[in-house]
Amino acid sequence: MIPILNASGCLDALTAPGVAAQLDAFVTKTVTPLPRDGNPPPRIAETAHGMLNSIGLQNPGIDAFLRDHLPTLEEIGVPIWVSVGGFSADDYAHVCGLLDRCDAVATVELNLSCPNVEEAPETSAELVGASRRVTSKPLYAKLSPATSDVAETARAVAGAGADGLSLVNTIRGLELDTATLRPKLARGPGGYSGPALRPIALACVYACARSVDLPIVGMGGVVSGSDALDLVAAGASAVALGTILFSDPWAPTRVREELDAAVRSQGVASASEIRGAAHESTSPAIASTGLTTPKALQML
Amino acid sequence: MPGDTLSLGGRAARRALLPVVGREAVGPYTLLRLERGELEPGIPGQFFMLEAPGRLLPRPMSLCQAPPGELSFLIDPVGPGTRALCDLHPGDAIRVLGPLGHGFDVAVERPLLVAGGIGIAPMPYLASLLGEPPTLLGFRTEHHAVAARFLPGAEVVVEPRLVTELIPEDPGDVLACGPERMLEAVRMLVPAAQLAWEAPMACGYGACYGCVVEVDGHYVRLCVEGPVLREAA
Repeated sequence: MIPILNASGCLDALTAPGVAAQLDAFVTKTVTPLPRDGNPPPRIAETAHGMLNSIGLQNPGIDAFLRDHLPTLEEIGVPIWVSVGGFSADDYAHVCGLLDRCDAVATVELNLSCPNVEEAPETSAELVGASRRVTSKPLYAKLSPATSDVAETARAVAGAGADGLSLVNTIRGLELDTATLRPKLARGPGGYSGPALRPIALACVYACARSVDLPIVGMGGVVSGSDALDLVAAGASAVALGTILFSDPWAPTRVREELDAAVRSQGVASASEIRGAAHESTSPAIASTGLTTPKALQML
Repeated sequence: MPGDTLSLGGRAARRALLPVVGREAVGPYTLLRLERGELEPGIPGQFFMLEAPGRLLPRPMSLCQAPPGELSFLIDPVGPGTRALCDLHPGDAIRVLGPLGHGFDVAVERPLLVAGGIGIAPMPYLASLLGEPPTLLGFRTEHHAVAARFLPGAEVVVEPRLVTELIPEDPGDVLACGPERMLEAVRMLVPAAQLAWEAPMACGYGACYGCVVEVDGHYVRLCVEGPVLREAA
C-alpha cells in the first residue's frame, strides 16, 4: 500500500476533520516556536497552470499547538506528522525537543524550504543535525526543488540523520496584475504549486531516489492516481496531496482508488512492485514479454 | 462521487454535480441558474464553491436566489474563472460545494439592506427571508444598476452618488455587502452593522489560509469566521 498524506499547509484538520480522516497520516501546518500572524493579504493567486501562495507560516506557536490543537488532532484517529519551522537551528531544536515527548506525534517533518519567510542561516544538514540531537522521532526533511542539485542536499541531510525526505516544497514564482502591472500578492513572489510543479517534483524524487536510500514522500501537483503512480515509479514510497485538496476535499479517497486501479492496470499485485520502476532500463510490461531492450527499441 | 457530505468549517457541506438550467444577462452581470440537486440553500451570506471550467480553483459565490429546485448566482465576469462561469450553457454541469461559512444573522428587528455593485448578489435571497425589508443600492453606472430589478422596492443611486449617503440617522439593523471601501464607510456610520466581505479563496473550507482579513490585530480566515462579520458587542 502507498500511504496518502497531505502536503503541509494544505489542510487544517481542525476545520476539516472529514478530509484528514481520509488520509493515512495528517501533516500539520508548519509550527514555529512563537505564534505567527503570517503575511498580509492578498496571499493567493491562481495562475494559468498552478497557484501562488504566500501565507508566511501563520500558526499558533508550539506551546498553543501542544495545548490546544494536538489533543483534538489525536481524536481524528490518523497518525500525526508535525511540520516544524524556524529561523535558526535553535528554533528547530526547541520545537523538536518538545515534540519528542509527545506520544501523539508519529513523525516530525522539518520544513527546510519555505519560500515565503526568511531562511535560517544554517544549512539544511545543520538544521537536521540540531533536530536529530533532541528527538528520536522519525525525522523527514522537506526540501526545496529550487537547487541546482537536490540529490546533494538529500545526501547531506541523510548524513545528518534524516530518516526520510519530503519532496518537494513549492518553488518561488511571481504573478502580476495585468491592469496595474504590480504583484498580485502583497509580498510580491509566492510559492508556486499545482500541476505545473509536477514534472519538477518528479525529477527531484527521481534524482534523490538514485542518490540516497531513504523513504520519500513524493508531492507536487498530484491530481490523479496516475500522477501518484508516477511519483512511486520515480522512487516515492508515499504520496502527498496539496493544491488538489483545495478544489476537491474528497481527493484522498479518489486518488487512492485511482492509484489502486492504475497499479492493477500495470499488471502487478501491489504498488510496492512499481516503486522505482522508472530507474529500470525497461518497463515492467516490456520486461514481462521477455524482450531484450534492443529488440524493444527496434519495435519503436 | 464518493460520499458527498463532509464536515467542513464546523458544519456539514455537501458536493453535487449541478446541471445549468439557464443564464441571463443582468446589465454587465450574469445570473447563472443551476439545478438545486441535493444541496441546501443555506443561510443568506453563506457561500458555495463553484467549479470554474478549465481553471485550477473553484470560485466562491454567495447565493442570489433560491427558487424551488434551483440555486442561482449573480456573477461579475472580472477574471478568467468568473468569465468561465458566465460562459456556461444549459446542458453543462458543474461541481458545487456548500453552503459554507457564516451568513447573516437574520433574527433582526428592523433590517435595512445596503449593497454596492456586485454586493447585491446575496441580497435578493436575504430580502426574501426578511419579508422584503427597506433596501439601499449603489452602482457605478446605469448599466450596472440594471441588477436593481431583483429588488423592486429598493432605493437606488448611481455614482457619483454613494449608497452610504442614503443611510438614515436611525438605520436599524444594517446588513451590508459590497466593495471594501463601501463596507468600511458603512462600518464608520453603523458600527454594529453585519458586513459581508469578499476575499480570494482557494478552498473555501479553512485549508489554504489564503482569504484572511484582519480582525482585532490578527488575521482570521474569512471562509471560516465569515464571510459575514460584525463588531464584537
